[in-house]
Amino acid sequence: MNSNNPDRRGFLKRSAALAGLAVGAIPFAKGKAHAAEIQMPDDPTIEDLSYGARSRYETTNRVHSVGALNANGLRNLTPLQDTMGVITPAALHFLVLREQHLPNIDPREHTLLIHGMVDRPLIFTMEELHRLPSVSRIHFLECTGNSGLMHYKSYLADKKRSPELTKDIHIIQALHGRTSCSEWTGVPLSLLLQEAGVQKGAKWIVAEGNDTEHHAKSMPLEKCLDDVIVAYGQNGEALRREQGYPLRLIVPGWQGVNNVKYLRNIKVVDKPYYFQSETSAYTNLRPDGKATIYESQVGPKSLITFPCDAHHLKEPGYYQITGLAWCGRGAISRVEVSTDNGKTWKDAVLQTPVFRKAHTRFRFDWHWNGSETVIMSRCTNEFGDIQPTMLELAQLWGNNREPHLSGEAVERFWESANISEFLNNPIQLWKIGQDGSVTDALYSTFNVKV
Amino acid sequence: MRYTALSTSRSSFRLLAIVLLAFGVAAAQSPTYKLGRTPTDTEIRAWDHAVGPDGKELPAGSGSAVEGAKIYATKCSFCHGKNAEGIFPFPRLAGGVGTYNTPNPIRSSAAYLPFATTIWDFINRAMPREAEGTLNPDEIYALTAFILFKNGTIKETDVLDRKTLPEIVMPNRYGFFPDTPQSEPDKDRGWLPYWNQVPIKKDAKPASSERAPAAQ
Repeated sequence: MNSNNPDRRGFLKRSAALAGLAVGAIPFAKGKAHAAEIQMPDDPTIEDLSYGARSRYETTNRVHSVGALNANGLRNLTPLQDTMGVITPAALHFLVLREQHLPNIDPREHTLLIHGMVDRPLIFTMEELHRLPSVSRIHFLECTGNSGLMHYKSYLADKKRSPELTKDIHIIQALHGRTSCSEWTGVPLSLLLQEAGVQKGAKWIVAEGNDTEHHAKSMPLEKCLDDVIVAYGQNGEALRREQGYPLRLIVPGWQGVNNVKYLRNIKVVDKPYYFQSETSAYTNLRPDGKATIYESQVGPKSLITFPCDAHHLKEPGYYQITGLAWCGRGAISRVEVSTDNGKTWKDAVLQTPVFRKAHTRFRFDWHWNGSETVIMSRCTNEFGDIQPTMLELAQLWGNNREPHLSGEAVERFWESANISEFLNNPIQLWKIGQDGSVTDALYSTFNVKV
Repeated sequence: MRYTALSTSRSSFRLLAIVLLAFGVAAAQSPTYKLGRTPTDTEIRAWDHAVGPDGKELPAGSGSAVEGAKIYATKCSFCHGKNAEGIFPFPRLAGGVGTYNTPNPIRSSAAYLPFATTIWDFINRAMPREAEGTLNPDEIYALTAFILFKNGTIKETDVLDRKTLPEIVMPNRYGFFPDTPQSEPDKDRGWLPYWNQVPIKKDAKPASSERAPAAQ
């Protein structure tokens, strides 16, 4: 198991931080201000320009996932409120590492092993993977827990405990920032599996990374042969370290945990392995006490990113409402926007081309007349699947198998079920105040105690 | 005149197509690019440690909760508590059976699992933090036994090894849906989950797909 080189120098420091956390200290970060700003100097030399940096007037950053959850790994969230178009810069792509270490792998020493139920076990160097036929595709990634009540509780707790440190942290980023979209480049996994020759009877694969916990995930062979990419590139350059450098899986449209980083090992097998990452975590407890397991596909979801709770409307007048829509199945075919609290809906314009299993930018002309209102968006995919409201989502979750439960009962359950790692895709509501303030009007309506 | 494919007769072209087709079928089963090399047995063994429910990858070795208690006290209790109760935010390992259908379910790391092999696999894979990979198989069997004993699933003296561990029936074995994980997409709904979208209503307007032709 010690085939990697964990950074032992960090051992004492991290242990101290964890020990501190266990007794209630706050090891996270100081919000935006803490970040090392990587900016172009005022008088750049020719060397400064060899790898670009942004203007020092631009300060949007990933923020740490705040709260105790940080003890279980490194998390940084995308500032959706500042995103443009559909591509998230690699430097702002969200990350969730299920451990404390950020692996630092030399690509000359990294290999990918394919074995198990194959005719020819194979081991590929990075150089060989780069020689093989490649594809580049635009896909979103989303953490399973994105937009979850668990993170809302954590957000509230931190606001209460450290109002100063968290004043620049908003719902749009703290709750919804676990999704990003990139152009990924790599080799189709189907090609590698064909080179190895999958044997009859094989139905699943086990993919494993070379991080300290050797994150492992089972997934059906059928999906792997469909559209999974063994990726080494992101947005035109090599993967970033925090995104799995030098090699990772991209499992289009499936929840983030499947996209194994630092990919080192693929074993072809006949059944799922029930790893910790797919049993004690990443399963969803239903009201009847049964839990759904091996859930994968992200449901249709959209979100207004301007205006949202990170913004303030200066005066009545013209504003372009814009946001993102995505779905784990097919392409987004329609986004509707309501600016009157859901009474009427109008079609937004979609940025084309629309890519399957990718963020889709929508835009909508709006003249704000200065009165209080609630704005929201909902999306539909090419199969006609529609994004639900929070109440519909709770009812779908409970009522499918518990028809005797009322919507309210399911909603109460939802509030308490903060340990489920839900794929949350409810319609997000933003309230516009007469003073131009923009606030969350969904999560704040629940009776959540911290 | 130079010979070209165009100068061949129609029937021989058809024959060529049949030959290519037959070759194509054969090619699907043999490597096309011939990159990558055959790994050595040692290279495969080094990464063949994932343990599934049938436990066939489990190594030799054994341990009971009696030995496990000592190892747990020095290597695990700092984060998981003396009795596997967890120290926030580090997870509770045992207990919680019977609470899953209540408003405040306790979903501990081990009790909730459908298979006991997951405990062995995860300790071997990822524990203890900062010293992953330092426990030997006997110690991992013993720790697995200790956690299962704390959970009330086995007795303190029960010895776990590659044969007995996969035989344990976990209390929440049938607590998951679906019983058989989906290995092929549903033709109408794709892959799970398909509960988190509004079912298409008969009177619903069709989506305006002409607005946005999908790329890729």
